[in-house]
Amino acid sequence: MRKSFLLMGTVALLAAALIMAPGAVMAGGKSITITGSTTVLPVAQKAAEDFMKKHPDVRISVAGTGSGDGIKAVIDGTADIGDASREMKDKEIKLAKEKGVTPKLHVVALDCIVPVVHPSNPVGDLSLEQLKKIYTGDIKNWKDVGGPDLEMVAVSRDSSSGTFEVWNHMVLGKKTRVRPDAQLQASNGAVAQAVAGNKNAIGYVGIGYVNDKLKAVKINGVAASPKTAADKSYPVARGLNMYTRGEPQGVVKEFIDFVMGPEGQKIVAEEGFVPLPK
Amino acid sequence: MSSAYRAETVDSEGLASAAGASAPAEVPRPSLTGGKSREREVMIRAIFTVVGFSSVIIMALIVLFLFREGVGLFATVSLSDFLFGQFWYPTYDPADFGILPLIMGSVAVTFISSAIAVPLGLGAALYLAEVASSKVREVVKPAVELLASLPSVVLGFVGMVLIAPLMQQLLDIPTGLNVLNASLMLALMAIPTITSIAEDALHSVPNDLKEASLALGATRWETLTRVQIPGAISGMGTGVILGMSRAMGETMVVLMVAGGAAMIPGSIFDSARPLPATIAAEMGETPVGSEHYFALFAIGIVLFFITLAFNLVAAYISRRFQQRGAATL
Repeated sequence: MRKSFLLMGTVALLAAALIMAPGAVMAGGKSITITGSTTVLPVAQKAAEDFMKKHPDVRISVAGTGSGDGIKAVIDGTADIGDASREMKDKEIKLAKEKGVTPKLHVVALDCIVPVVHPSNPVGDLSLEQLKKIYTGDIKNWKDVGGPDLEMVAVSRDSSSGTFEVWNHMVLGKKTRVRPDAQLQASNGAVAQAVAGNKNAIGYVGIGYVNDKLKAVKINGVAASPKTAADKSYPVARGLNMYTRGEPQGVVKEFIDFVMGPEGQKIVAEEGFVPLPK
Repeated sequence: MSSAYRAETVDSEGLASAAGASAPAEVPRPSLTGGKSREREVMIRAIFTVVGFSSVIIMALIVLFLFREGVGLFATVSLSDFLFGQFWYPTYDPADFGILPLIMGSVAVTFISSAIAVPLGLGAALYLAEVASSKVREVVKPAVELLASLPSVVLGFVGMVLIAPLMQQLLDIPTGLNVLNASLMLALMAIPTITSIAEDALHSVPNDLKEASLALGATRWETLTRVQIPGAISGMGTGVILGMSRAMGETMVVLMVAGGAAMIPGSIFDSARPLPATIAAEMGETPVGSEHYFALFAIGIVLFFITLAFNLVAAYISRRFQQRGAATL
């Protein structure tokens, strides 16, 4: 019987070795791991593709897992670059300090969050105050903001997404809670889909997700555009960020410089975001 | 072979026991190479033992991890505030971690989907076992099982893009992403589980019982309701419970189709946010080690207990109503 236990141990070790093996193989050659915000994802992905074309010896893997996860990955050292559509929270800064890490912030683009409605909706301009009342539940019918007599369905993002946080902070105010019957969608694309298919709905998405199946609503008479975001006249804009573990080194620094340089900023514009002001 | 055993092999957990059972038995064989073949035998035995126990070990580790990550919440939030709190506002300061609306969301979609899936699933099983000709059966049964292998994200997509706008227009309701839509999609997932297990159970009722009943002058209907269904009741019950537990644990469909409002649904046309949808939507962006993170794991613990309860009920039904031979009918 003793022999069979020994054998069992060997088999288990072998299995473990097999699982570990890919990690060991990956260590060779230059590689960058990027993870985090789904909002930053399209820019990071396109930039990674173009960067790899120019530097065939570099392997970049890009994943969209969410801002919180991106920041966590940088703190834990499981990724070289963490994408985030918000800045680090106090708790995350504290956690990083405990682990002796100082993540460095690189703002690579600007984004506007745009309220969107069904194309058939006649409402085209809302004040910040009206948006706040819609999302707190004080306004529940489109006729209260000059639309048809239709029940309003407020579509929101999941409460831990960067987009939600920025919207909640800038439109509702930090302490004000979104109405509990607001619908939740887990991505910008899902919000766009939910609003495009529902004439009662209002939602909010990053400006890159506005398409011809949605109608973008002005805020206080200002339409979201690269110009209004850059000059700060559009009220709900934010930076899209990449965090690195301390000052970026070597190939990671090259990649960050690439994204912030003219080629990267061209991608930013192509993906529907706002390039950095020069 | 009892009907319950047949039914259980359909369940995924049957995999482990099947693997264990297929380990070579100790049959003395004439050996050509002496010790070498013996050693091989021992090694093969060891491999199958590891394989057989691996699922048990993995399960235990996952449960351990779930509890280790989840209990941290209860240092700051009381169990009753967590289970019976009305508001889920995990990212605000101060935060609220009440999951009652989420539990009720899960309960609503599970029971409404069962109300749709159980009659359809059992009806289909009865049809396949008793009414359908063997030719029809050969086509319909694989088709039902194919339905089971549809990725849930596909069903979610159908519900979101196709059913939701249609339902909204036809019924003139504010949103098509609601409890009813999610329940319909979940029912589509539960039906194959129920049908497949129940049909196996009906099929494994000994044929001589049926023939004896018919020979005594009972009609086919009487034979079905008094002999075959009682004979298969344990398997049919197991199928129903496993179908329900599938609906309870399903994540993608409810995330995409239920609408996601963290409120106790007042009607089948309200949006709801079941437990798994909450974890899936929020986990990716939650700082590790925060209260919110612990709370999501605590939801995982609650889900674990709910599905465990479903499985225990299924095991109870399969044991309690098991037929041992013809005498107990």
